[in-house]
Amino acid sequence: MRSVWPVTAVLLVILALWYAGSIWLNAQWVYDQAARANTTVTLADLIPQTMNQTRPVLPAPHQVAAELWKTVVMTAPTSKRSLIYHGWVTLSATLLGFAIGTAAGVLLAVGIVHNRAMDMSVMPWAIASQTIPILAIAPMIIVVMNSVGITGLVPKAIISAYLSFFPVVVGMVKGLRSPDAMQIDLLRTYGASGAQVLGKLRLPASMPYLFTSLKVGVAAALVGSIVGELPTGAIAGLGARLLSGSYYGQTVQIWSALFAAAALAAVLVGIIGVVQRLTLARMGMDR
Amino acid sequence: MSERPMTLWQAGDVGQLIGGAAVLLAAAWLDLRLAAVLVVWLAAWAANVGLTRFAGRWARYLVPTIFGLTILVLWQMTVRLYAVPGIILPPPTAIAQTFAANLPTLWQDFAQTFLKGALGGYAIGCSTAVATAVLIDRSDFLQRGLLPVGNFVAALPIVGMAPIMVMWFGFDWQSKAAVVVVMVYFPVLVNTLEGLRAADPMQRDLMATWGACYGQSLRKLRLPAAMPFIFNGLKIATTLALIGAIVAEFFGSPIMGMGFRISTEVGKLNLNMVWAEITVAALAGSAFYGLVAVAEKAVTFWHPSQRG
Repeated sequence: MRSVWPVTAVLLVILALWYAGSIWLNAQWVYDQAARANTTVTLADLIPQTMNQTRPVLPAPHQVAAELWKTVVMTAPTSKRSLIYHGWVTLSATLLGFAIGTAAGVLLAVGIVHNRAMDMSVMPWAIASQTIPILAIAPMIIVVMNSVGITGLVPKAIISAYLSFFPVVVGMVKGLRSPDAMQIDLLRTYGASGAQVLGKLRLPASMPYLFTSLKVGVAAALVGSIVGELPTGAIAGLGARLLSGSYYGQTVQIWSALFAAAALAAVLVGIIGVVQRLTLARMGMDR
Repeated sequence: MSERPMTLWQAGDVGQLIGGAAVLLAAAWLDLRLAAVLVVWLAAWAANVGLTRFAGRWARYLVPTIFGLTILVLWQMTVRLYAVPGIILPPPTAIAQTFAANLPTLWQDFAQTFLKGALGGYAIGCSTAVATAVLIDRSDFLQRGLLPVGNFVAALPIVGMAPIMVMWFGFDWQSKAAVVVVMVYFPVLVNTLEGLRAADPMQRDLMATWGACYGQSLRKLRLPAAMPFIFNGLKIATTLALIGAIVAEFFGSPIMGMGFRISTEVGKLNLNMVWAEITVAALAGSAFYGLVAVAEKAVTFWHPSQRG
């Protein structure tokens, strides 16, 4: 709780800077309008005019807030103008992909820990793939799957799955290996089978690592499905809102889609954080 | 697991051999092409299993190499044997041919996206982040305020800033560099702040007893102690920089650049070129990461994780 005041202060400074920036960046348009009308603007006239443009260079915070209020609360969620509708399109692809990616990642990690050949063959590639901009293949996956006749949710989910897969593999391998030799030896003296060692020692010990990589994975999955919405030409989803906003110069729409995406990411990471705290507390692993 | 006999094959392998042969026979009965693919896979896998039983140093490099080559061979075989159309998945040889035939274009795209956009933004973003961290390091208030905000922002989908940056800074590489700056800033800031706290109180007290001023203590103790953390941030930022530069080009760019090429060639269903560009991106990404890792090794040679 010590941090409440500092964080509030930082957020207020950011807000103030944002207002200052929107006055500064939008002033040119007001001056141009005035020059065209052969009038001059005073500073007192200038400031309100920079705050209420329809296509500002940098929309003022209250404009974004008003747009968010209009598109989230005042519009029916089934309407194509509703951010809830677009957010849900993105969220459903993210969640499906995240579930597939996580399940595949955990399975591969279990295989890697138990099979030496698999470990030595796959693990270097899994680590190397973290340094590669995998996101670059997103347009290709979308277009190729479209040409095969698979459209909508699945191609985006595949990109999300692919992006969340590798962090989970790397984190879970680390986690499944975290019990020390003494503990594994103890289970061996009990005559435990490989499956028992996995279920009673390795999986429980890997939980902190699992949640850490889940947080990274879900953020990556969200980015994946947003970028996956770009090549299909702005049909639905938060990525489509970003793209159509940038086509038509609707900056307020871009910023509100950006804030919706940020809120979505925060909620997803937050949910995993809560589950992490509850699980680890129940297992007696919380610090 | 612990005892590893020096024979290539073990008793249990006979059972696996019979199992493999049975799978092969079943496959051959269904489809000869499937059997051919399976033969290559099983042979390569058996070779790897055999190799891992020797705990040699070279096996550590040989095994993943064999695995990677096997995937390429299987890819080629599958595409050729089943006559997969090139607009769905081109074979690796066709990609290699396109790569070799288009070196000037690929280099031009690489220079535009990587050397100008990604590297420029990376340098600006990382140096500003480290400088900010050093500046606010003296204020406990600012640190407690900025650290949670920075941690929060680092988890957000910042790539979404791309259309705004393209509007502000135009289509050329400056807007891509701006996206990269925003993307790498917060991870590096958070890691540097954490690193500046890494020197323990005893070491700081020692500097104080020697009468070191703030600058001396920062230069001789705290920045070196922070280096492992700073490099952690710098390594995360290499991938982010490349992603930011490529994705920003999807929102508008001059008629060159890796992201531009990928999105337009995908539109023309010219997948050979797309894969060639992806190869460039993969090579650039791992080389960039490797360079930063080498620099880390040179700077933090004293750290336990580097001495192993």
